[in-house]
Amino acid sequence: MDVLRFTTAGSVDDGKSTLIGRLMYDTQQIFEEKLEEIERNTQRDDEDLELALLTDGLRAEREQGITIDVAYRYFATPKRKFIIADTPGHEQYTRNMVTGASTAELAVVLIDATNGVLQQSRRHGFIASLLQIPHMIVAVNKMDLVDYDEDVFREIQAEYRQFAEQLDMDDITFIPISALKGDNVVDTSDNTPWYKGSTLLHKLETVKTQSDRNQVDFRYPVQHVIRPNQDFRGYAGQIASGKIRPGEEVVVLPSERSTTVDTIVTLDGDQEEAGPGESIVMTLDDEIDVSRGSMIVRARNRPEITRSIDADLCWMDEEAMRADRPYVIQHTTRRTQAYVSKVVYRMNVNSLHREEASTFKLNEIGRVELETADPLFIDAYKVNRATGAFILIDPDTNATVAAGMIRGVAENVAPYGTESETGTERAASPNVVWEDLNVPREERESRNGHQAAVMWLTGLSGSGKSTIAKELERRLYDRGCQTMMLDGDNVRHGLSGDLGFSARDRKKNIRRVGEVARLFFEQGNITLCTFVSPYQEDRDRVRQLLPDDRFFEVHVDCDIEVCKERDPKGLYAKAESGEIANFTGISAPYEEPASPEVVVHSDTDDVEACVDQLVEALLDRGIIE
Amino acid sequence: MVFSNDTSKHLAWLESEAVHLMRESAAQFERPVLMFSGGKDSLLMVHLAKKAFHPGSIPFPLLHVDTGHNFPETIRFRDDLVGRLGVELIVRSVEETIEKGLAKEEKGVTPSRNKAQIPTLLEAIKDFGFDVALGGARRDEEKARAKERFFSHRDRFGQWDPKNQRPELWNLYNGRSEKGEHFRAFPLSNWTELDVWQYILQQDLDIPSLYLAHKRDVVEREGVLLSKSPYIELQSGEAYVEKMVRFRTIGDMTCTGAVESTATSLEEVVEEVATAQRAERGARADDKRSEAAMEDRKRQGYF
Repeated sequence: MDVLRFTTAGSVDDGKSTLIGRLMYDTQQIFEEKLEEIERNTQRDDEDLELALLTDGLRAEREQGITIDVAYRYFATPKRKFIIADTPGHEQYTRNMVTGASTAELAVVLIDATNGVLQQSRRHGFIASLLQIPHMIVAVNKMDLVDYDEDVFREIQAEYRQFAEQLDMDDITFIPISALKGDNVVDTSDNTPWYKGSTLLHKLETVKTQSDRNQVDFRYPVQHVIRPNQDFRGYAGQIASGKIRPGEEVVVLPSERSTTVDTIVTLDGDQEEAGPGESIVMTLDDEIDVSRGSMIVRARNRPEITRSIDADLCWMDEEAMRADRPYVIQHTTRRTQAYVSKVVYRMNVNSLHREEASTFKLNEIGRVELETADPLFIDAYKVNRATGAFILIDPDTNATVAAGMIRGVAENVAPYGTESETGTERAASPNVVWEDLNVPREERESRNGHQAAVMWLTGLSGSGKSTIAKELERRLYDRGCQTMMLDGDNVRHGLSGDLGFSARDRKKNIRRVGEVARLFFEQGNITLCTFVSPYQEDRDRVRQLLPDDRFFEVHVDCDIEVCKERDPKGLYAKAESGEIANFTGISAPYEEPASPEVVVHSDTDDVEACVDQLVEALLDRGIIE
Repeated sequence: MVFSNDTSKHLAWLESEAVHLMRESAAQFERPVLMFSGGKDSLLMVHLAKKAFHPGSIPFPLLHVDTGHNFPETIRFRDDLVGRLGVELIVRSVEETIEKGLAKEEKGVTPSRNKAQIPTLLEAIKDFGFDVALGGARRDEEKARAKERFFSHRDRFGQWDPKNQRPELWNLYNGRSEKGEHFRAFPLSNWTELDVWQYILQQDLDIPSLYLAHKRDVVEREGVLLSKSPYIELQSGEAYVEKMVRFRTIGDMTCTGAVESTATSLEEVVEEVATAQRAERGARADDKRSEAAMEDRKRQGYF
C-alpha cells in the first residue's frame, strides 16, 4: 500500500464537500457517531444524505467570516492511503490552494455541469500547473442535474482541454460524476453508459504515485549533525532526490570538498542504498566541514550554486511585498537573507495574462528575481520539487510570507511592460544603456517595401528546416525582399562555438541567436532562423524580444522515423549508438510548440507546399504584399 | 474492510516524515521537550525519536504532566521505558498546581483534571525554558486538529490562534519565534489510528496492557464505559459490571472509556481498528461535553 496526496479546490456550490463526503461514505470511512449526526442534520425532504456535513469545517468558517484554511482529511481503501488537502476555491484563498497544492501529487478540479467552465476552474488548473502537480482529474459534477447528457460533458471537456493547452500539465482525465447521487465516484454509473473511463476512486487508486520524485539527481540537504562521541560523526537528513550507495564519490557544498560515502546508518542497520524521501544518517570517509545547510551531491551532477534566483512567487501575507527590505529565505535546510531585486511581472490568475507590477499583495502570483546573502544550491522546480522550492519569512513578525518556485539562475529578464518605441522588449545589463538606433526600423521598412519579421523554424534534426528555409529565402529574395538566414550549424561554428548540447547550453545558444535575429530584424530583414530549439521556454524568450505580430513560430512537424530515415548528417545513427549524448528525440526531449503561428508537415507535404504555407502566412500578416 | 499485508510502503513514508520533523525540531530550536503521557502515541513518538537520532541518544527530555488520575499500568510502563532508554524524565504534577492555587479541582460526578493540566504544562514550559514541545496528536483524531500545523505557533500565553496560523508548504517548516513564545510540533500529524497500530505491529513495540482486551470492572455512564477507580463515585442506579474490554486511548481514569473487545493480541487489535465503527475519541467523555470541546481546550494551550 502506498500514499497518494491530492488536493481538491472548489467552492461549496461546486459540490466539493459533497464529493469528499461521498468518497469517505462510499469507502466506509465514516464513523457511526458522525453518520448519526448527519442523519440528524439532514433537513431536506429527500433521501439524499447531506454528505457535505461531513466536511463542514470550511463552510462554517466562511459563514462565521473567519480565516479559511486548508483542512487535511484521511481515508484509505485496501489499495491506498489517501490524504486530501481540502481548500476553498475563491480567488481570495489562492494562498490556501497553493499551500494544499505544494504537497499534492494529484489535483481534483471540480466543474459544475450546470455552470460549465468558469474562471475559477481555470484558476485551479493554473495553480496546479504552477505547483507542478503531475496529474489532474477534472470532475464534471452535478451530471444528474443535466440528465446525464453526454453533450454537456463533451462540451466542457473540449473547452477545458483547449484552455489546458496553455498549461504545463500532461495528464488530465475528465470524469462525469454526481457526488450527490454517487455516479462514477466509487461505483460505475448506469446513468452514463456513454462514459467508458474509470470512476474517480479507481483513478485515484491507480494513478502512478511519486512520479514527481526525481530519481536521478542526488541531492542530500544536511539537516542535523549527529555526534554522540568522538568516534562517530553522522549527517542526518531526508534525501531530496536521487539515490546513493556507500563507496560513491560525493562533493559537499558550499565548500566543494570531495569525499566518499562511508556508511548509511539507520536504527534498523546499515543500508546498501538509499533513495528519494528516505530519512537516513550518512557518514563520510574524510573529516570535512559539514553542518546544517550543507548539501551533499555527486561530483558530476551538481545543482546550480548561485546568489541570484529567477522564481515564481505566491505572496501569502496581508502586508505587501517590499523590495527595500530583506526577507529570510528558507530553501531545503538552508536559511539566508534575500532581497527582491526585480518584479518581472504579475500573473493575472484569471486571464493568465502577464501584467506590469512593482509589488505583490496577498494572494498575488508573479515572477521575480531575488538576490541572496549566501549562495543557495538550486534546481529548477520543474525538474526537482524538493530543491526548487522555498519560502520567504518576515524577519520581524516571523510569519511565512511567500512561497517560491525556482525557474533557475536569474538572467536579468526585462520587466514586463518596459517597451521601447520600436515595440520590442529590452533586457538591460546593469549600467548599459540601449542606444536608440540611428536609422529607425520603420524608415528601413518603407524603403524596402516590406516589413521586417522573424520566422523561427523549430523541429527535429532531419525534419527539413534548412531545406525549407533556403527555398523560402530564395523566393523572398526573388521578390526583392531583404532577407537573412541564421542556421543552427553555422552559428555553432562561430558565435556559439563554446557551447555544448546540455539543456543549459542550448538555452544560451538560443538566447544569443535570438539577440542576433533581433538585430537583423531591426535592420529591416525578414530573418529566417532554423534551430532545433527543443524547449518552449527558450523559444518564448525569443518571442518576447520582438513585437507580437512580427514573430512567427513555425513547427516543422515530421515523424521521427522519417527523420531517422533521412538522417542527412548520420547523426541519428551516432545518437542511437550512444556516440552523441543529449540528442533531441533520442536522448533529450523535444517540446512541441504549444501555439505556433504555422505548422508544416514536412513528412507528408513536399518542400514547395511547405514554403507556400509560409509565404501565405507572411502575406496574411501584411509583412509582404 | 480488509487490508493487504503490504503496508510497509506507506508506513515507511510516514516514518520518514515524522523523523524529518523530529530532526527539524532538534535543529531549529534550542530546548525541545517531548510530551509523554504513556499512551500509544507518545510511546510511538519515543520510538521515532530513537530512530531520528540513532546512533546518538534522544537529545531532549520527556515531560509527563501527571494528573494523579492515571491508570497504575501507565505509570509502571512509563518508568520501565524511561529506565531502558536512559533519557531524562520530568514529571510535573497537576496535584501541586491545584495546591498552589493555580488550578481548581472540578466538582461533579465525573470530575476531570483535563483543564487543570493546562497551567501545569505551561508552567513547566516556562520553568525549563522549552521552546518546542513535541506531541503525538494526529489530524484525524478530531475536527479541530484537521487544520493543525506540524509546527504550531503558541504566543506568550501558550495560546493557539487558529485564525492566524503560518502557511506550511512542502517540507519547509518555519520554527522562528520570539523569546517567550513557543511551538508545538506534531510529527504524527498525517497518521491515522490504523497507521499507528499497523506500525506498532510492524515494529513490534511494547505497549501498555490496557490496550489489549482484558477483564475489568466497569460502569456505564452516558454511553461510556468507565473503569472502576478511586476517583469515581457511583451514582444511584449505577453498578460495576465485569466485562471484557480494552482501551483505544489512555488518559485519566475519570474520563477514558473502555470499549468491549476480544482483541487480546496486536494482530487482533489492528483487525478490530480496521473494521471499527466508532470514532477513536468517541469513548472520551471529555470531548462529549460540547461540540467545540476540543477546540476550546486547544486554544487555551492544551496538548
